[in-house]
Amino acid sequence: MGKKNLFSLLVLGIMVMILPLVISNPYYLSILIFVGIYSLITIGLSLLMGYAGQISLGQAAFFGIGAYTSGILSTKFSLSPWLALIIAIFVTGGIAFLIGTPALRLKGHYLAMATLAFGQIIFIILNEEIAYTGGPSGFGQIPYFKLGNFVFNSDFRYYYFVWSIVLVVLIFSLNLIHSRVGRALRSIHGSEIAANVLGVNTAKYKIQVFVLSAIYASIAGTLYAHFVTFLSPGTFSFSFSIALLTMVVIGGMDSIWGAIMGTALLTILLEFLRIFHDYDILIYGGVLLLIMIFLPEGVFKGLFNLIYKGNFPKNRLIKKSLESRR
Amino acid sequence: MSLGNQLLQYLFTGITIGSIYGMVALGFNIIYNSTGIINLAQGEFVMLGGMITIFLTTVVKLPLFLSFFLSVLLVTLIGAIFERLAIHPLKSPSVITLIIITIAGSILFKGGAMFLWGKETFTLPSFSGEKPIFVLGAIILPQTLWILGIMGGVVLLLIFFFSFTRAGKAMKACAVNRRAANLVGINVKLMVLFSFALSAAIGAVAGIIITPIALMDYDRGTMLAIKGFCAAVLGGLGSNAGAVIAGFLIGITESLGAGFISSGYKDAIALVVLLAVLFFRPGGILGNKEHT
Repeated sequence: MGKKNLFSLLVLGIMVMILPLVISNPYYLSILIFVGIYSLITIGLSLLMGYAGQISLGQAAFFGIGAYTSGILSTKFSLSPWLALIIAIFVTGGIAFLIGTPALRLKGHYLAMATLAFGQIIFIILNEEIAYTGGPSGFGQIPYFKLGNFVFNSDFRYYYFVWSIVLVVLIFSLNLIHSRVGRALRSIHGSEIAANVLGVNTAKYKIQVFVLSAIYASIAGTLYAHFVTFLSPGTFSFSFSIALLTMVVIGGMDSIWGAIMGTALLTILLEFLRIFHDYDILIYGGVLLLIMIFLPEGVFKGLFNLIYKGNFPKNRLIKKSLESRR
Repeated sequence: MSLGNQLLQYLFTGITIGSIYGMVALGFNIIYNSTGIINLAQGEFVMLGGMITIFLTTVVKLPLFLSFFLSVLLVTLIGAIFERLAIHPLKSPSVITLIIITIAGSILFKGGAMFLWGKETFTLPSFSGEKPIFVLGAIILPQTLWILGIMGGVVLLLIFFFSFTRAGKAMKACAVNRRAANLVGINVKLMVLFSFALSAAIGAVAGIIITPIALMDYDRGTMLAIKGFCAAVLGGLGSNAGAVIAGFLIGITESLGAGFISSGYKDAIALVVLLAVLFFRPGGILGNKEHT
């Protein structure tokens, strides 16, 4: 996994442990829980975008399928949230496989459009299937997660629950990038034809990453459902897919750490900009456009590059990655 | 109403809305042919065309005819500016970059429209009265004839443009092979600008003529873009004849589905068609230059 990542993991782990002890305001704690939940989705999206060179404009739909599947199963069919979590993973993964297989055989924009269309279909279904989803007004009273007699019913408990899952997913993803699969993925991003010639089954890897990113989103959805305990379609609209995309782009597409930082930055920013609630799409649009034109490496790496250009010893590596991009 | 009448009615509705999808698909094709870009902001041009015309007729109180041309001109300009500011500065961008940029443009236009005109739904008066025409027991609105007529005009103009004008032939050359076009002295970057302007113009026309029937609000663009893209893919991406035919097919399917199956799922029908086409015939019904 590399020394740098281990060090970063350690820092993140300690920060995650200490933060709730420092922050006593329950409102801030709940924001951090959302940051954790959304990070799960953006880690997957960054794997898909940064490493497989593909894009999904319907990630909110997978988030929604995870949330509604486990929400409905645990509320209307009285299943344990744990079992509902597993079933939701299989449902979401299966659907992602069906969508991804045809779309990924074609060039990049087909997956973009297929996922965009898919997101809209799911949004329509959530609104129309009133018997199960409660329609536009949604449904509530979703039970909490339970471990024996220990109920995850406070923000404090749920915070540690969510962030331990984030850390596990993070470690798994970092290992994945530095494995055979990860190298294969980067080769796809570099040149799909060259990768194919070298014997990498590019289609298979792309589908696997797409399904994995959908599964991450599904887990996030389940965590969301059993935290907020109420679901309505508005949360899973197209504009949330765009929000997720913006988070990944802010952090720099090819960095999982960037995805988490971008998620934290945008989630917290939007909480403070609540007054502009309706106009958040203007913010996403502006941010996306500016970053893609001026800082395609992401805000953190991009600014870092601008400041240290030329005299920083490590920027040889960064330059190299810039060159390989062209 | 008998089943036959009903069927005929749905057919008319489908042809009306289908010609709009066809025009959106033409817009996709024009940009795709000269640049290889799928412009996800295509639907916003349609929305802007409708909204700007509504603004010009109701607030500025210009006559409809003048507003029509002014609005097309403005949206053409917006398309050109979008290309200059967002697409032109990129040096050999990846597909993923282009997707993000055009989707960013799309939500900026959408957000801008919401900022300017709010979330209400607006309408325009029909171009020549509301008196319906009865054909075999089914109703045709005069606006439908306008839509079909204008669409036919646009298609003829496009054929003329691509076959007989210098700029049109240059754009066609770019579609065949960009590098070769560059070698024979065609300014490819300028053609990219033209293609954005042209496809914005077509989008705007589509938006204006459909508004009296389908109404317009800031949020229409995305769905129109998806359905237009669906028509473009079904017709074979890059094929203009295919785009028009597929537009009608999707419009009719949607209208029949809404009538006989469920009106709540009306919008989902075209999307399911899109996914099915990607699954079974990614080259479209009339063949396609690009398969993998």
